[in-house]
Amino acid sequence: MLYSILRSPAAAPQQLHIPDGFLSAPVAILAWLVTIAFMVVAVRRASREFDERLVPLMGVLAAFIFAAQAFNFPVAGGTSGHFLGGALAAILLGPWPALLVMAAVIGLQGLIFQDGGLLAMGANIFVMGIVTVWTGYFAYQALQRINRHVAGFAAGWLSVVLAAVVTAFMLALSGTASLGVVLTAMAGVHMLIGVGEGLITAAALALVRAALPGMFGEQVTGRRSDATTILAGGVMLALVVGIVAVFFASPHPDGLERVAEDTGFLSSAQAAPFQIAPDYVLPGLTNQTLAAVIAIALGTLLLCAVGYGIARALRRRSQRLAEAHEQ
Amino acid sequence: MQVASATCHSVMHINVLDQFHNGDSPIHRLDPRVKLLGALAFILTAALTPDGAWLAFVALAVLWLALVLMADVPPGLLLRRGLVALPFAAAAVTVLFTLPGQALLTVHVPVFGWQLTISNAGVVRFVTIMLKSGVSVLMATLLAATTTFPDLLRAMRGIGIPKVLVGTIGFMYRYIFVLVDEVQTMLRARDARSAAGPAGQRAGGTVFWRARIVGGMVGSLFVRSLARSERVYQAMASRGYAGELRWLDKPKVKSMDIVWLAVMVLVLLMIQLWARLVA
Repeated sequence: MLYSILRSPAAAPQQLHIPDGFLSAPVAILAWLVTIAFMVVAVRRASREFDERLVPLMGVLAAFIFAAQAFNFPVAGGTSGHFLGGALAAILLGPWPALLVMAAVIGLQGLIFQDGGLLAMGANIFVMGIVTVWTGYFAYQALQRINRHVAGFAAGWLSVVLAAVVTAFMLALSGTASLGVVLTAMAGVHMLIGVGEGLITAAALALVRAALPGMFGEQVTGRRSDATTILAGGVMLALVVGIVAVFFASPHPDGLERVAEDTGFLSSAQAAPFQIAPDYVLPGLTNQTLAAVIAIALGTLLLCAVGYGIARALRRRSQRLAEAHEQ
Repeated sequence: MQVASATCHSVMHINVLDQFHNGDSPIHRLDPRVKLLGALAFILTAALTPDGAWLAFVALAVLWLALVLMADVPPGLLLRRGLVALPFAAAAVTVLFTLPGQALLTVHVPVFGWQLTISNAGVVRFVTIMLKSGVSVLMATLLAATTTFPDLLRAMRGIGIPKVLVGTIGFMYRYIFVLVDEVQTMLRARDARSAAGPAGQRAGGTVFWRARIVGGMVGSLFVRSLARSERVYQAMASRGYAGELRWLDKPKVKSMDIVWLAVMVLVLLMIQLWARLVA
C-alpha cells in the first residue's frame, strides 16, 4: 500500500508519464539529446547561483514537488484533480533551478517506481520539466502585472495543456497514435485537468506570498525588466496562437473535407472521419496538420524576434535617456 | 482518498521499498553500473524491434525471466508492479483504426454514425507497442527490485550524470518519506474537518473552494520544505559539508561484471539481428 501512495498515479491517472515502448527509438533519443543540453545549462547556472547550498535545497524541494503530487482533490464523477508542479516550481524558484528539481522528480519516478520509462525519460523530462517550467515561467512573467491570481492560474493551466500537446506530437511522430486523434484527446482532457493545476498553483502562490513576502519578491519580481516582460509576452502570445492553431488542425476539418470529396455534403452520416487516406506521409500527420505545425513554429520564432527587437530598442532608448540624465 | 485511509500512524521509512534489495544472488552482486547499462540496452533493443517480430519479444521475455529466476525475486511481484504502463495503452488504441492496411473488422459507432475500420497493420502495430512497453517495464522493475538506492546513485554517477543532479536525487529520496508523512498528516486533518454527507450527496464546497484548500496545503508544504532545507543545510555545514557529497569507496569493475555486460549485449544484438533478418 505504501508503494501505491508513493507513486504519483495513486492520486490520478498521469497521462504525461510516457512508459517505454510508446516512443520510437529516434524520437526518444532526440528528446534525450535536447533534455541533456538543457540540463547541462541548468546544472551550471544553478550551481553558480546557489553554491554549496544547492544540493540540500534542491533535494528537499524536489521531495516537496514529489510529495505535493500526492495531493488530490475530488472533482466529479469519481475522478480527482492532481498536481504536476512544474509551473509552481518555475515561479517560486526560477526556471533553471525548477528544471533541476523537476528532472530529479521524474528521474526518481522512472528509476524506482516505473512511472515513465528509462529510454523515454528524456522525453518525460522534456515534457514535464522543460515545457511546463518554461511555459509556467513565461506565462507568469507576462501576466503578473495584470493580476497575480490570473497569472498563477494561467501559468498552471497553460503548462499542463502545452505539455499534453507536446506529448501528443511525440506519440504521433513515433507512429504510436494518429496525430489528429491523440492531439484532440490529450489537449481536450488536459484542458480540464489543467484547471486543477491552475487553481492549485494560484492558491499555493497566494499562501507563499503571504507567508514569505521577502523570499518571493526576490525570486521573481526583483529581476524583471520591461524588455523581458515584452519578450515573455511575445512568447506567450505565440504559444496561445499555437494552441488555438493546433485546435483548428484537429481531424474534423480533414474528416469533413474527405466526406465532401467522397460522398458529397449531404450523405455524411456514413463517413469515417478517423480513416487515414493512403497518401499521408506519416500516420496521422496530414499535410494540413504538418503545415499548421510549421506555421506555429515559424510564428513563434517570428514573434520572439519581433519582441526581442522591441526590447533591444527600448533598452537602448532608456540607456540613452540615463546617459543624458547623468550629463 | 487512498492516501488518507492508508495509515493512522507514521510508517514512512527509508527502507520501506527495499524488501528484496538485500538478496544475495549473481544479479544482486553485479556492479550497479553494469545493471543500469544492461537494463538500458535491453530497453533500447525492445524499442528498435520492428513491428510483428513476435519471436524476438518471446526471446526478450525469456531473457527477462532467466534473470528474474537467477535473482530469486518473485516474478509475480514484478508483474504486478509492471502493470503501471497499462493505462497508457489508451493512447495507442488509435493506431488500430488509423493505419492503412487490410480491413479486419468494421465497428459502427451508433452515436455519431461513424464507422471505424480496424486494419490488419493496425492490430500488428498495437500489439507490438504493448509488448515493447511490457518487456521494458518488467526490466525496469527488475533493476529497481535488485539494486539498492545508494547503488543506483553510484551507477548514475558512473555513467556520467553530474554530481549535483545525483546528489539532489539522493537527498530527495531521503526526504520524500518525511514530506509524504507531512502530506498524509495534512490530508488526514482535512478529512477530519470535512464531514461527508450521506451517500450520493455532495460533500464540501465547490471545485474552486476545494482547489483553494489544496493549493493552501501545497503552499504551506513549500514553506515548511524551504525551512527544512535550510535546517538540513546548517546541520550539514556544521558537520563539515562543503558543497560536495563524498562516497567512501571507489567501486572497481570486476572482470566478472565486464563478462556479464558483454554477454548481455551480445545476446541482445543477436535478438535484434534475428528480429530484423529472420523473424
